[in-house]
Amino acid sequence: MLRHMLRRSLFAIPTLFGVITLSFLLMRIAPGGPFTSERPLLPTVQAAIEAKYGLNDPIYIQLINYWAGLIQGDLGPSLVKRGWTASSLIEAGLPVSLELGMWAILVSLIVGIPAGAYSALHPGSLVDRSLMSVSVVGIAVPNFVLAPVLVYIFSITFSLLPVGGWGGGSYANKILPVASLSLPLAGYLARLLRSSMIEVLAADFIRTAIAKGVSIHRILFVHALKPSLIPVASFMGPAMAGVLTGSVVIERVFAIPGIGTTFIDGAVNRDYFVVLGALVVYATLLIVLNLVVDLAYAVLDPRVQMD
Amino acid sequence: MSATSNASEGFSVARPSAWTRIMQVYRGVSTPRMRIYGTILLAIVLACAFGPYFTGYGINEIHWDYVDHPPSFSEGFPLGTDSNGRDLLTRILHGGRISLTVALAATLVSLMIGVMYGAISGYIGGITDEVMMRVVDMLYCLPFIFFVILLAVLFGRSVVVVFIAIGAVEWLDIARIVRGQVLSLKHKEFVDSARVLGVPAGKIVRRHILPNLAGIIIVYTTLTVPRIILLESALGYLGLGVQEPMASWGVLVADGARVMDTAPWILFFPAAALTLTVFCLNVLGDGLRDYFDPKTK
Repeated sequence: MLRHMLRRSLFAIPTLFGVITLSFLLMRIAPGGPFTSERPLLPTVQAAIEAKYGLNDPIYIQLINYWAGLIQGDLGPSLVKRGWTASSLIEAGLPVSLELGMWAILVSLIVGIPAGAYSALHPGSLVDRSLMSVSVVGIAVPNFVLAPVLVYIFSITFSLLPVGGWGGGSYANKILPVASLSLPLAGYLARLLRSSMIEVLAADFIRTAIAKGVSIHRILFVHALKPSLIPVASFMGPAMAGVLTGSVVIERVFAIPGIGTTFIDGAVNRDYFVVLGALVVYATLLIVLNLVVDLAYAVLDPRVQMD
Repeated sequence: MSATSNASEGFSVARPSAWTRIMQVYRGVSTPRMRIYGTILLAIVLACAFGPYFTGYGINEIHWDYVDHPPSFSEGFPLGTDSNGRDLLTRILHGGRISLTVALAATLVSLMIGVMYGAISGYIGGITDEVMMRVVDMLYCLPFIFFVILLAVLFGRSVVVVFIAIGAVEWLDIARIVRGQVLSLKHKEFVDSARVLGVPAGKIVRRHILPNLAGIIIVYTTLTVPRIILLESALGYLGLGVQEPMASWGVLVADGARVMDTAPWILFFPAAALTLTVFCLNVLGDGLRDYFDPKTK
């Protein structure tokens, strides 16, 4: 297990290397730059600024410099926002995005798992059928459609919740973004759990447990739930990645100052180091999340051998 | 081709014709549910393909007297007009053309890359397979949506860039699936006998292995198209997809979201078109998967 974790962590290095090199090159061959504007600067001034940030060095020197900075935890300056560095911009945005993502995952688990389990226990019942219809709709409606519709209902028609903004992280501001992020996820989880649990409940070991006289709650929560969660756990990797990416759109819809907003603004303004920094953060998050999911998988499924 | 004879292999194999096979699949998947959603999808596709010729408006035809006009048959705007006084129905149909075309094209790109990559990796096996699959593992860790966004921001906001970017990043799943299937097929007797007869590797893969993957590839395609529609629409929503005067469904949803407090229909109709299409495709994909791969039901 430890070896597996180590190997996966070592994997992170070439991945990060790829992310950085690729995006660095992409940004540099793209037209436009951080200092191009409506009113062009004097060529000498522009050259001086570029020299200040080392942008006139050969590309490979710039890449090496960037790596050297990165290893020391320095993500570089912001080329567009005065007085900000890439790290300070990311430090401002990341907690907001993480909080949003955490709540989305939590809510979808709290909603999706009981819904799926209940449906599996009462397949074909009215509750099951309505839950499954809702979940299908939840999956098919993209979050950038769901979000404005929720805003229309709850903010505009009934004036219950704020239209957007973060409001310093107040709960009222979080409800709609979290709901739009977690509804599709909850729907997917519920369907996954339902189908896997129906399969598990038909298995021999459950019949044995019933025959032994194990209490129904113990059978459900101890015997049946754990193996049923295996497909759910394997879905959580892509799911968390989806929340991460979904939050880019949701942050836009609700004007939330998260790292997705930082990333898009950075890309639009050609703020090279900010974009690279945000990508590094995203890639690291993805790698860490995949590791966590692998671990959860191994804990749930004793058949998984990790070498 | 009811019977294929191949001189180089020295014997002939009777195969059911393609049409027989298609009808067989059709009977297998044709439940009432599938027929309903299949018909709806067909109607949407046909409407998007031919509808714009019949609505009587151009995609950018502006009617200044009818800005933000609610849906009204009598005045000739069945779904109303948008904030620039353009007929919403016409714009939705045009948007559907773009969304569907981009999704289909991107799916084909990802299919070609993925099938080739997976088949090569699985068939050659050994160290090649190991390396090629590690590359896929690594690419899985890349935050791809951000690369798509980056590409869209950096290299102009054209349809072509968007679909190449999406197609190039969506091939990972299919590569894994195809590789797994090829691995399990390549030691089957019929492949072994082809190999013993001296059929070259490329031909074995093309003639004997890939046709067996047709089902999985069809399922995958049906499930990828809606994913790409959503991805492209999300880009459009962010303002990074296709640009005016063209419009995809994502762009229309974004336009609608801006004015939803005064003119909600501008949001609801494109959103409904998008959702219904994605929903139908998902239902069809699930139905096909149940048929071709009953284990995952």
